[in-house]
Amino acid sequence: MSGSYPNDLLYTKDHEWARIDGKVATIGVTRFAVDQLGDVTQVDLPKEGETVSQGDVFGSVESVKAVSDLFAPLSGKVVKVNSPLGESPEYVNEDPYDEGWMIQIELSKPDEAKALLDADTYQEFLRESAE
Amino acid sequence: MEENSAQPRKTPLFDAHRALGAKMIDFGGWMMPVQYATGIIDEHQTTRRAVGLFDVCHMGEVHFKGPRATDAVQRLVTGNVAGLPNDHAAYMVACYPDGGIVDDLIVYRIDRDHILIVVNAANVTKDVAWFRDNVGTWCDVVDASDETGLLAFQGPQAEKALQPLTEAPLATLKHHQFHLIATVAGIPVSIARSGYTAEDGFELFCNTAHVPMLWAALLEAAAGVGGKPVGLGARDTLRLEGRLSLYGNDLTNLTTPIEAGLGWVVKFEAGEFIGKQALLKQRSEGPTRKLAGFVMVGRGIARHGYPIVDEAGNRIGEVTSGSPGPTVGKNIGLGYVPAAKAEAGTKLLIDCRGKLIEAEVVKGAFYRRPSTSTSTERKP
Repeated sequence: MSGSYPNDLLYTKDHEWARIDGKVATIGVTRFAVDQLGDVTQVDLPKEGETVSQGDVFGSVESVKAVSDLFAPLSGKVVKVNSPLGESPEYVNEDPYDEGWMIQIELSKPDEAKALLDADTYQEFLRESAE
Repeated sequence: MEENSAQPRKTPLFDAHRALGAKMIDFGGWMMPVQYATGIIDEHQTTRRAVGLFDVCHMGEVHFKGPRATDAVQRLVTGNVAGLPNDHAAYMVACYPDGGIVDDLIVYRIDRDHILIVVNAANVTKDVAWFRDNVGTWCDVVDASDETGLLAFQGPQAEKALQPLTEAPLATLKHHQFHLIATVAGIPVSIARSGYTAEDGFELFCNTAHVPMLWAALLEAAAGVGGKPVGLGARDTLRLEGRLSLYGNDLTNLTTPIEAGLGWVVKFEAGEFIGKQALLKQRSEGPTRKLAGFVMVGRGIARHGYPIVDEAGNRIGEVTSGSPGPTVGKNIGLGYVPAAKAEAGTKLLIDCRGKLIEAEVVKGAFYRRPSTSTSTERKP
């Protein structure tokens, strides 16, 4: 699907995305992750001021069928949390790249972004994984 | 077909599910749709509001035939088989001598010499072997699972949507009664008023070869009242809201019907059946643990296998089923706890991946459909 993986985002093999704007990155989960999860019913996120580290669990997503961990694509301090997800977790399904964003972090190690995948590489990874 | 082949088996509707955008999973050795394109919650709500169509061809159908069929089945199950009128069905369990559950079953009495038992998909091989070992020469045990298709048509609009397709009168068909010989859209079927969704509805048996035709006719009928196909994901949330047990989770060979809150399906007066002595003993002594239904008070979703702990953090039980309840609007679950902790209002703590989340025991079903005049809801 075109538009499923916007070009301005960076991706992880754990199916999170990051949108980097200066020193701040917005983080969420990809369309692929959402399709795998099904209906999201609860999102558990860190609080503002907490720190997250690249590759570590920073929260979890509960769908009707299962619970899945969220892995931080980058390290930093949480500066903003998408609190409406508490009441409306379905935003993750409906709009994973915009209303369904999860946290914003102030990057502590901006160079870590080099380890992330661009949209084409991520989709290539998805194709390989499906085989 | 090979029961134990490594490859999961496919129902006659495998291609139809794929064409409808289903996500397929291996369930009990079968490739089954867990959900279609619009997702579990939508399918759940559609079944509560209109009608859902379910492929349950993976279920097993075992026939007991012969002059002593009723006696033979009576020995195998906890219910009153002899007391069941022709063309009536009942929910029962089969037990081992120690009271552990072999399987939970729907027993259909066709006549005194012919009983049909519908068993869980994952248990067909085990059940048939158990049945044969224990009926001896009393009757023939015929596993018709491969030749028999089963579709469920469930929801408040089920009767309205199905009646135009069949000459069989549905308005007078009561809960757990069945028409042995009928047609739907010209296809020979048996129609039972039963299901696993806590809604009104029907289960339709037909020859495996006719399943795709019957599915197509029912899909169209469902669409006419705002219904749609429903996968195993919503089947699970629907049955859990109705507090209907799932074998392998809530019921196993290590749990008894008394512990599971299924004492109402154990009819001690019905005769001699396997497990009776153990169950009598347990009933008189009182079970040490019970299956409790609970709603989550704190923010969290209990899942199968999560520990239930006391205030000191000691493990006192385990969650056997848990999920959001889309209609009840709460996260709900079932789990075994010490009998004293199974009373309504008791606070439990569920260890949700390291976080202790409070839950409260509730009595009975989480969801009960509005009552209708044509059928009586079974317990609990």
